[in-house]
Parts: sequence; C-alpha cells; structure tokens
Amino acid sequence: MDGWRRGNGTLRVFLIAFSFVFITVFLVLPLCQVLWKAFEFGFRPFWESVSDQYALKALKLSVLTTVAAVICNTAFGLCAAWAVTRFSFRGKGFLITLIDIPFAVSPVIAGLVFIMTFGRLGWAYPFLSAHDIKIVFAVPGLVLATIFVTFPFVAREIIPVLTARGTDEEEAAVLMGSGFFTTFRRVTLPHIRWALLYGVILCTARAMGEFGAVSVVSGHLRGRTNTLPLHIEILFREYHTLQSFSAAAILVATAVLILVARNIVEGISRKDADYYVR
Amino acid sequence: MCVSPKPSSGGMPGARGTAPFPASSPAPGKAPGELPPAAAAPFRGPQDSPAGGARESGSGRPAGGGARGSAFPGHGAPGGDCGAMSPGTGTGGPGTAVPGRASAVSGAPGLGIGTSGLKPGDSAPAGPESEAPRGGAASPGPGGAKAAGEAARAHVSLEGVNKSFGDFSAATDVSFSLPEGTLGALLGPSGSGKTTILRMIAGLETPDGGDIRIGGTRVNDLHPSRRGIGFVFQNYALFRYMTVFDNVAFGLKMQKVPRAAIGERVRELLALTSMEGLERRYPGQLSGGQRQRVAFARALAPSPRLLLLDEPFAAIDAKVRKELRSWLRDMISRLGITSIFVTHDQSEAIEVADLVIITNGGRVEQAGTPLELYRDPATPFVARFVGESTVLEDYGALVGFEGAPRGASCAVRPEFVHVCPPGEPVQFGNSSEDAIVESVSFRGSSLELRLRVKGYELTSFYSLEHAPVAPGERVKVLIYRVYAFDGGEARLVNNSRLSSQGNGYNFVI
Repeated sequence: MDGWRRGNGTLRVFLIAFSFVFITVFLVLPLCQVLWKAFEFGFRPFWESVSDQYALKALKLSVLTTVAAVICNTAFGLCAAWAVTRFSFRGKGFLITLIDIPFAVSPVIAGLVFIMTFGRLGWAYPFLSAHDIKIVFAVPGLVLATIFVTFPFVAREIIPVLTARGTDEEEAAVLMGSGFFTTFRRVTLPHIRWALLYGVILCTARAMGEFGAVSVVSGHLRGRTNTLPLHIEILFREYHTLQSFSAAAILVATAVLILVARNIVEGISRKDADYYVR
Repeated sequence: MCVSPKPSSGGMPGARGTAPFPASSPAPGKAPGELPPAAAAPFRGPQDSPAGGARESGSGRPAGGGARGSAFPGHGAPGGDCGAMSPGTGTGGPGTAVPGRASAVSGAPGLGIGTSGLKPGDSAPAGPESEAPRGGAASPGPGGAKAAGEAARAHVSLEGVNKSFGDFSAATDVSFSLPEGTLGALLGPSGSGKTTILRMIAGLETPDGGDIRIGGTRVNDLHPSRRGIGFVFQNYALFRYMTVFDNVAFGLKMQKVPRAAIGERVRELLALTSMEGLERRYPGQLSGGQRQRVAFARALAPSPRLLLLDEPFAAIDAKVRKELRSWLRDMISRLGITSIFVTHDQSEAIEVADLVIITNGGRVEQAGTPLELYRDPATPFVARFVGESTVLEDYGALVGFEGAPRGASCAVRPEFVHVCPPGEPVQFGNSSEDAIVESVSFRGSSLELRLRVKGYELTSFYSLEHAPVAPGERVKVLIYRVYAFDGGEARLVNNSRLSSQGNGYNFVI
C-alpha cells in the first residue's frame, strides 16, 4: 500500500503539478488580474473609485445584510442542530434534507421565491402593502435572500460535532441539576465553539459574495439596494472598468481575510482537540 | 425542556441529608416481612430453602412470565456486610438537622463519616472476595439479626416497570428491590434492557408504566436531579472542557452550595479517590482508571443516596479492571451507599455484587445473591448464563440420567464433571461414562479439558496434581448432576446412580 502510494514517482509528480497548474490558471491568475486592474493606474485612482459614495453605500449594505444573515443563521443553525442531534422525532431525516436545499437550489430560484411570495404577484402582497411594509426591492428582501442562500452553513458544521460528542455529558449535567442554558453554556458550547465559529466564517464569506438571489430581489436601486457584488456588476456593464475592479479588489481582500481567519480557527480547534480530548 | 436547577428548600437533596428514610415505611405491597432472616442463613442444603424461599415469595406477586419475585431471601447476607455500614448511611452527617440548601453541605461531612468515622464492624469488607461478607448472616453476630432487619427495608424498588422504544420492548414487567446499603448488579447480555432499567431509575428515561421507588418515595415523576442519585456513565461522561476540580464541583455549584464548602468537599472527595494534585488536569490528560475515579467522585459530590453505575469497567483495559473492581467494591462498602451497577460480565457481577439481577430480553430472569444464582438457577437462561455451562440436548442417553424426558435439554457446568485420572481406580464405575479428551488447555491453576462423551461435548477442570492427560486419550468421567430444563424452569437433577452416596453440592475440582 505504501509502495503503491510512494513508488510511482511520475504519477505523483504529475498529480501534484497538475493540481497546482490548474489552480493557478483558473483561480490565482484571474484574481491577480482583478488586483492588477484595480491598481493599474496607481493607488490614487483606486482610492477615488473606492471612496465613491455609491461604492461605500454598497459596501455598507453588504456588511449589513451579511451581519443580519449570519446572526439569523447562527441562531437557526444552533436550534436545528440541537433538534436533530438531541431529539428523535418523526421527519428528522426530512428536516436534515430540507436544511440542504439551498446547496441544491440555484440562488436565482431563491430570489424568485421571494418575489413570488412578497412581490406584487405574491400571496402576501395585499397584507404587506396594507401595512406599508416593503420587502422586495428593499433591504429586508436582500437579507431574506442572503439568509436563504447561506442557511445550511452553521447547522452543517455543528451537526457532526454534536453527533460525535453524544449526549452523555449533557445528561450528566442535567442529572446534577443543571438547567438548559447552564448546560448549553458550560457543557455543550465548549464542544462546538470552533465548529460554530467555522460555520459562521463560511457563512460570512458566502453572504458577502452572494449575487444571484440578491440580484433578483434587489431591483438595483443605486445607493439603496445595491450590495457590493451588484454594484460591481453594474459598474462593469457601464464600462467603468477601473471602478468595477477596484470594488472587486475589496471583495477579494475580504475573502482573503476570511480565509486566513478560517485557517487560524482550524488550527486552534485542532490543537484544542489534542489538548482536551483523549 | 424546562429544567429548574434550583434545589427548592424541601427538595430532595435536603431530604437526603436530613433523617433519610428510617421512618418511611417499606414500600406497600412489598413484602419484606416474608424474608425471614432464617431464610437467609442456611448455606448447606442447596435444594431446600433459599431457592424455595425465592420462588414462593416470587409467586406471591402478580408478575407473569419469567419475572421473578422481588424478594431476596439471601439479602440478609449482604446485610452482614452492609449492616455494619448502615449506621454510617443512616446518619447522613451530624449537621443534618438543617434542612434545605445547607443540608447539601452538611451532607458533605456525612461522607466524612463514611470514610473516617467507620464503625468498628468495618473490617468485614476487608476480604470482599471471600465468602465471609456474604455469608455474614450465616454466623449471626449480635448485630447480625438487626442488620438483617434494617436491610429488609427496600431502598430501591421497581414494580411492574415497562418501557418500550417503538416496537422494541426494553423492559417488561420489571420488578425487583434492593435493600439499603447493598451493591446490586444488573447483569445480562447486551440488549437485555439492563441499561434502560438503570436509566429509568435515574430518570433519564421515563417508564411507560410501573412504579420506581427510592427510599420508599415514588420517584417516577421526579426530575432526575431531585432523586438524590449519583450516576457514573459508561464512558464517564466527564466534562471534557472542565478541570478535574470543576467536574467534581459541578453538582455542588448547581445546588448553589457556598464556594468554600464546595472547595472543601471537592478536596475531600479527591483525597478519597486518591486524586490529589490532579485538580487542574483535564479529563483528556488522565488515564482510564483516573477518569473512572473522577467520575466516581463527581457522582458522590452532592451526597446522593443512591449510586448508579453504567458498565463502570467497560472502558478500562483488562489488567486494571480487576484492581478497580475491588477498589470500587471497597469504596462502596466504606461509604455504605446503596449502589446498582450494570454489567454484561458475569464474573464482575458475581465477584463484586451482593445481589445480582439477571435480565434477559427486557425481563428479570432471576434476582438473588451470586451464590443463589450459581447454585440454584431458576430458569434455563440463568443456568446457561451463569457459570461456564455447556448445554446438552436430549441428555437422557447419559448414564445416570435415563429418567430424563425425551428431547429435554440441560446445562452442565465443568465442576459437575469429574474426570478420573488415568491409572487410578475408578470410584463409581457403573455410573461413569467413557470419554475422549478432545483438547487440553492450561488455565493457570488447573487444566481445562474438552471431552467428548457419546457425541456430547463437555468441559471439565482437571487438577495439575493428577497424572497428565493428552488429547485423544480415553478417560472415565462421572457426571454428578445437571440443570435440567423443564419449560421455563431449571431444576437440579442428580446422577440417579449416585443417589446412595448423598448429594451435597460439592464443588469438584
């Protein structure tokens, strides 16, 4: 087995080289291109296009929707993961499948779903218009669409950890008179904290970059419902290449930051596991 | 799930410390009175009393099927060893007059009594594996009768408890009771419902029907934390992200015991379990044996009145297991706390427990002292499960058992089969069988022989003192007795050709 793995030198070299070349050509170079385009004429033009009021507003809106979506999905993820791993009930498998829907469904459909629900043709429209609530083509719609698209991340990260840990520590705590929240805070949370953070980070990354679903419900009102990815697209369509790439550079930078954070969390959690478990 | 962690003033933890249960009448319907101490005494005459007693008291209850009665005629025996202890249990600490919250603390010194303030009679459990503590009642000292009377109060009792998970019945009409201060074992193969029974006592599972009583109080509807239970989980379930100290202190913190008292109590328990100096370690940094001791200390910290242990030795390698077994036995005897542990290992149950409850398929097959189970298995299952029995089908062909009904089967233990050493005169020639030695394996103090007799395969022990035998050799064997299966019953049947020689139960090795 070892011989099979190590012995074939050419295959090994080929596979490693192929992976590197592939990633470089299709991922790294295009991203470098974005940065290069952004800084093509130096830092000043970049800064000017980034500090444009609409770009700033788009960034702010992106951050807002991301934060809202992450908070909702963290809460939802914890509840769902808890329910799925701690109780046995009819339709549990179904619930787990449902959680995965956003992975399978195209984001555009997610957007359309909200249009068909809350939009002019939607069944909730009469109620909403009667109470003067705007969802579609407004910030709430953006948040809803982002939530829809990112909602499996936290639950998906926590469920395996909770399953692997079992329930006996919690049972022990309850036997000793610990209430639900104490048990969660003192016993369960320490186990899932890194998985939770990891899920939150992935969720953030996805929410920041979300385009499809948001694009459908946004209505592209510049300065009001344009998130950063939408803003970039609009600029690009209007042949404002520099501005477009400058804004894109910001998105790339956040992505890199998030990746770094993810790796740090992963490292810590591994060390943590070595220390506390076995 | 809404859990109120507060130990309300009249709550159980307090009740534990304060005058525990002396006043509480024995569970109604239970008939401790029908266990005369006399029934506990006889050690000789296997056929007559202990078994008879058990069956009669069993038949007094409505229990159907294989559910044996809840009475333990032999419980006086453990009483001999725990009776000495029970003053320790009963007191619950000198400062126990204060009810409520404070008593949780005062429960702490209660343990001190268990450790330091042991009664003189404590020397008894010194040799737990000898027959002495169990046979305590056989030589009734002045305290013996009293101990038996004390122990007659059932501390834990289950009556007609049922539990099913979907279509699977994990417990069917389970009834048994355990006197105060005794160590009981729930023994059975995996899936026999023993863990479910333990978890129902703890309140981690809700029975579908039946009554569970602890100290005379029905606890079915009591929250687990109010039942006064210490629970040691199979894999210990130590809080991995808390230090040893915090693990042990957790239960006390939940009871809102003052900080200083917690520190004192934790140190006391760590000293008891020889874990001093490891307070700041995390469970992941401990060995299996150390973890078990932490789990034990954690379970004992809130001064429970009942200790439940789920497969306490399963996670430990065989070498340390025996050591821990006697450590635990010793510790429980010293504290005098009523305990129940679950195991699938019969040697564990038989060596450690005062009372063994054998479960099979969700039912209680038989409950009794290890010796009773061993000597007088009530059902075919017990006969097969306890001891290293071999089951023979249609054994009527064997010499001395011609009277067996056609098609009947029986269980034979190795000690029922005597191998006549080659070259020595055969004592009971006309009751012996010809056998061929199939294999010989060395068992330390003896040899284990696998023998073929008329197509049956039997096992026997063979002393190293005798002339050696080799595989393939022909020997004479004498089968003293078998456990004949008769419907759902198991019955001791002696070799009919030996009847003139008398038939005390002599272990033949």
